[in-house]
Amino acid sequence: MSLKRTSLYEEHVRLGGRMVDFGGWELPVQYSKGIGAEHLACRAKAGLFDVSHMGEFLVEGPEALSFLQHLVPNDVSKIVEGQALYTVLCRENGTAVDDLLIYRRSGGRYLVVVNASNTEKDWKHFESELARFQERSEVRMRNASAEFAQIAIQGRVSPSIVQAITDLLVKDIKTYHFQEGTVLGSIPAIIARTGYTGEDGYELYLPWSEAPKIWRALLEAGAPLGLEPCGLGARDTLRLEARLPLYGHELTDEVNPLEAGLGWTVKLEKADFIGKQALSLVKTEGVKKKLVGLKLLDRGIPRQGFPVFESADAGSAIGAVTSGTFSPSLQAGIALAFVPPQLAALGTKLYLDIRGQKVAAEVAPTPFYKKPYTPEGITP
Amino acid sequence: MKYPTDLRYTKEHEWARIEGKVATVGITSHAQQALGDIVFIDLPKTGRDLKQGETFGVVESIKAVSDLYAPVSGKVIETNAAVVSDLGLLASDPHGKGWLMKIEMSDPSQAGLLLDVGAYEALIAAL
Repeated sequence: MSLKRTSLYEEHVRLGGRMVDFGGWELPVQYSKGIGAEHLACRAKAGLFDVSHMGEFLVEGPEALSFLQHLVPNDVSKIVEGQALYTVLCRENGTAVDDLLIYRRSGGRYLVVVNASNTEKDWKHFESELARFQERSEVRMRNASAEFAQIAIQGRVSPSIVQAITDLLVKDIKTYHFQEGTVLGSIPAIIARTGYTGEDGYELYLPWSEAPKIWRALLEAGAPLGLEPCGLGARDTLRLEARLPLYGHELTDEVNPLEAGLGWTVKLEKADFIGKQALSLVKTEGVKKKLVGLKLLDRGIPRQGFPVFESADAGSAIGAVTSGTFSPSLQAGIALAFVPPQLAALGTKLYLDIRGQKVAAEVAPTPFYKKPYTPEGITP
Repeated sequence: MKYPTDLRYTKEHEWARIEGKVATVGITSHAQQALGDIVFIDLPKTGRDLKQGETFGVVESIKAVSDLYAPVSGKVIETNAAVVSDLGLLASDPHGKGWLMKIEMSDPSQAGLLLDVGAYEALIAAL
């Protein structure tokens, strides 16, 4: 099967992007300066990301809200027009189909943004649940993934860069809020103050074919301010330092949001929703495993799947790494791992098996990185 | 990129400088560029006996882990502590100060099985 390309493919090639297969999409893992430099540019100034591969569903109609309320454990009724909500999408048994963002647009319309690799699975889930939903005739739903490009611009100088291409006052957009307007004069855009790096920044939802000129305009406006294009490699190290989950790692078909440390997104007081019974039971009985941050005390780089041990001479593993990398900000190996709750306390010393050697690590506070500034226009 | 003519090369992008019975071993400029920023390296203990083609260590970039293969058989007599503490040497001087280890060869004739610079450059060009 041939790989899918975003409308920014030519831009990536021109910028020296090293193109790889990412869940069926041909995307840059890095550009010429490399993952470390891109990561640090985003932390110090700003980074530009093509995330057009993400999926977008439009959910509308008089019962759109009640359908979404039934579908996800977070409380969609709490967001107002122009606000966004992060939630997990759960099955009846509480495990995660995906994690997603729900944006509430005007007139009771919702934009749902899902992970690229899960778009087909999620759409089937949405369709089969809608077919069982009593007021289904009052909900209109469309998979609009092919129509939306998405560009993320992340980092402390993002507001000035985004401001260069729009008349909307972007620093006045609050965190997890968005505005709809135009960029470059007449191109319709959703400008959201959301992101996946732990930095201040924006995600721009744009018409698929218009993305290249907007990408170029942002690069041009951002170059004097230190903006660098960033590939999937830096996106992954940035999100991991910020302890943001990645589906297929921290969340899977076998993990529920309470185990993944996403209990704050599960609103058990809400009226019935898919997975409520199972998640209530987990809450009452307590989770069997907990996601923790690990910082290596010795040299080494943890990777997904590495087993975790309670002591250096223990024979059987008590957990496993879900994501691991060399942290460019901390200059050390870091990981997220599932461990038994009694071994999840901060400072607990654990061991990772790295190619047959036990390497010491400790349960560390997360996020590993916290932005050391107040975003422009945001009241602390 | 011109590669040094006095080195021998493997298809896995290691190089060896043969001086008498001692082979100094490193990874090529191509290897370190292909890997990206190298952030970790694991080298063998001195005294370890290696067979030609055996894994003797790993290099890791942020994203990937790559095995290192012994170009010749023999005993590890020295490893480069300087490169472990300053991985930048791999990028700045891959065929010189960025060397990884020295092997006392058990069968010096094995060096003849390695690629010369012409064959290695042709290999890179075909990638």
